[in-house]
Amino acid sequence: MSDFLSAGWSTYIALVTIVGIFWCIWLLFSQLKVKVKLNPDGEVADTGHVWDGDLRELNNPLPRWWMWMFLISCIFSLAYLVLYPGLGSFPGILGYSSDGALMNSMTTANDELKPVYAKYVKMDIEQVAADPKAREMGQRLFLNSCAQCHGSDAGGSKGFPNLTDHDWLYGGSPENIKTTITNGRGGVMPPFPQLDSRQIVDVANYVRSLSGLPVDEFKRTRGEEVFKSNCVACHGADAKGNIALGAPNLTDKTWLYGGSEAMIIETVTKGRMAMMPAQDKVISPEKIQLLTAYVWGLSSNNLSAQKK
Amino acid sequence: MPSNSLGGKPVPIELIEESLYEVRRKIYPRSISGLFARWRVIFVFATQLLFYGLPWLSWNDRQAVLFDLVQRKFYIFGLVLWPQDVIYLTLLLILSALALFLFTAVAGRLFCGYACPQTVYTEIFMWIERKVEGDRFARIRLDGEEWPWDFHKWRLKITKHFIWLFIAFWTGFTFIGYFTPIETLGSSLLHLSLGPWQTFWLGFYSFATWGNAGFMREQVCKYMCPYARFQSVMVDKDTFLVTYDKVRGEPRGSRSKSADHGSMGLGDCVDCSICVQVCPTGIDIREGLQYMCIGCGACIDACDQVMEKIDYPNGLIRYTTERAIEDQESNQSAIRHILRPRVLVYTAFIIILTSAFMISLLTRNPLRVDIMRDRGALAREVEGVRIENIYRIQIMNASEHPMKVQVKATGLNDLKILNSQGTEITEINVGPASNQLLPIKVSTTIGQNDSGNYPIHFDVLAQELVGDKVVMRTREEKSTFIIPR
Repeated sequence: MSDFLSAGWSTYIALVTIVGIFWCIWLLFSQLKVKVKLNPDGEVADTGHVWDGDLRELNNPLPRWWMWMFLISCIFSLAYLVLYPGLGSFPGILGYSSDGALMNSMTTANDELKPVYAKYVKMDIEQVAADPKAREMGQRLFLNSCAQCHGSDAGGSKGFPNLTDHDWLYGGSPENIKTTITNGRGGVMPPFPQLDSRQIVDVANYVRSLSGLPVDEFKRTRGEEVFKSNCVACHGADAKGNIALGAPNLTDKTWLYGGSEAMIIETVTKGRMAMMPAQDKVISPEKIQLLTAYVWGLSSNNLSAQKK
Repeated sequence: MPSNSLGGKPVPIELIEESLYEVRRKIYPRSISGLFARWRVIFVFATQLLFYGLPWLSWNDRQAVLFDLVQRKFYIFGLVLWPQDVIYLTLLLILSALALFLFTAVAGRLFCGYACPQTVYTEIFMWIERKVEGDRFARIRLDGEEWPWDFHKWRLKITKHFIWLFIAFWTGFTFIGYFTPIETLGSSLLHLSLGPWQTFWLGFYSFATWGNAGFMREQVCKYMCPYARFQSVMVDKDTFLVTYDKVRGEPRGSRSKSADHGSMGLGDCVDCSICVQVCPTGIDIREGLQYMCIGCGACIDACDQVMEKIDYPNGLIRYTTERAIEDQESNQSAIRHILRPRVLVYTAFIIILTSAFMISLLTRNPLRVDIMRDRGALAREVEGVRIENIYRIQIMNASEHPMKVQVKATGLNDLKILNSQGTEITEINVGPASNQLLPIKVSTTIGQNDSGNYPIHFDVLAQELVGDKVVMRTREEKSTFIIPR
């Protein structure tokens, strides 16, 4: 493949193209007339070409306009190759490119869609979330851009947070959600090589106990000490986490990577790296507004449903 | 290797230079009346009434026939076709091709002569030309070099082109009216507020009609139409074709009406050349079947008129078969060869396909369902007791009535379907000619099955509300349910 990247190939292709076109024109004019034989009655029977003994080529002339069309095609192709890309790597003097055309049509489309979003941009997230039309649009945007990781129902999966519960790593206020979508998040749980395997098992038992899961009482007590000297910096003394760091609340039975003892041991031993990519380059602010409202509405609806 | 000898023997020849490209000689077909000309007028009216009239019909407050490319929905009276229905278009095209084969095998280029748009518009344009400029000889004189470009000539030419362009424009307008609602198209035309693409296509189709029917004419058939070229393989010895009866006509020659031409050694052809003058493609039918012959029958009408005038029997040029001419058979006996294998095979195919087409159209299910399993997540555990898989279900309502849809899943014990808010789905309302996409959670109890992939079925049951009536529609879609380790 890399062979074709050298500039020589571009010149070669351009040459073949140009020579080809001029060869076509030359061929056309060199073949304008043909020597034919006259029958005794003065009519032209054939071109005089005979194949396989008796296969004669009859002279059925093409209409003259057909020839002009051929010539016009040649001139058209030359003009095209000057204006548009096609001649080797020559970009054409109009500077057209297919990705440029795509960008243009996307800009036009965004401009055309601006009025659709305009009214939502001025509204509060809570108001947007209450608008059924906006929710519909929000869902489409979500299915397009977010569902690959968070699931079509926003229920998440291992390592990808569930967006329909009330547990928010970085806060569930509209502003927080908007920041998360716009700038992305990077969540790091460091590995703990300084802890030996017994300490890790102990701390895993302690963490499970915070969510009321069955544990070994002896290990739990020992683990509490380990937790206090290693984990409180991020997860807090009450283990309720810290939304400024994205440190999860460990007391709410919600597990991003799983709550079994083995899973927690893996998390503490190896650490975790989570990454929510920033969308500001991909999704316009107007769309992020709608997405924020949709995501915020997902759990707010749950909240109101639970209260009933 | 080409050589200038035939069979090895040198042939004495005189060589001249000739161009491989010829300037078209304009054809001035003479007007003709008669049986086939009448049939053509009937076909011109029938096809054009259909073409110009259809877009103006309405059906349930919408245009009856509308091919909405933007919405990707084709409306044909009560029928709404979606892109998924492309099979009907395919079938329709296959049927058209088979019908073409059948007609050609039986009686040659019937389509070319009577129903092809090229013929029909050429016929309309020539009729106008005749009304404005006069018949063949008047037109030849008018175009001749002796006739200067005086006021009279300008007036006739401008009048002709004005009427031509009007018809061409109306044709283009009607054609676009099949793709955008013709009434709004008409009003935006009157307000000069057509979109750029509408303007382009309007101009394009008008220009194409004007150019093809006014100028290109028989050249489209001779040089561009592929059908003209492959028709010959569908024609055999028993195909009815416009044929000059060589046996009866030759040797041709002029004679006085009272003369006994038999004793003069002449056939029935008086060599009046009217058959050549009326031919729209400018050929001489007396040279036998040619690829340029579009089977319009104008020469038959012309020759019959001449034969009547000189009290000869009709049918020196007539529809007959090659075998009938060879064996000196009458058309009655030639018709007995009509049911030959190719005709029977084409007919059988047409009957089978038409029935299949009608049956599948009448029993067409307007409910369509697509199930797409989420790929990002295999499965998840819910509250420690259930295993959940996520799907997107797309329900399409191709009817023009609202639908109430219920979804059930089967294939594993205790399958439950919830919407993305986690509540049970009772009924999904899908509006007429619209579709709905919604994420659903399907779950089963943990521990019933080993881990693995299980095929499950979604049974979709829809009530189509047709006025007061309810029509039940069902669909079954397959998918996979994954139980993780």
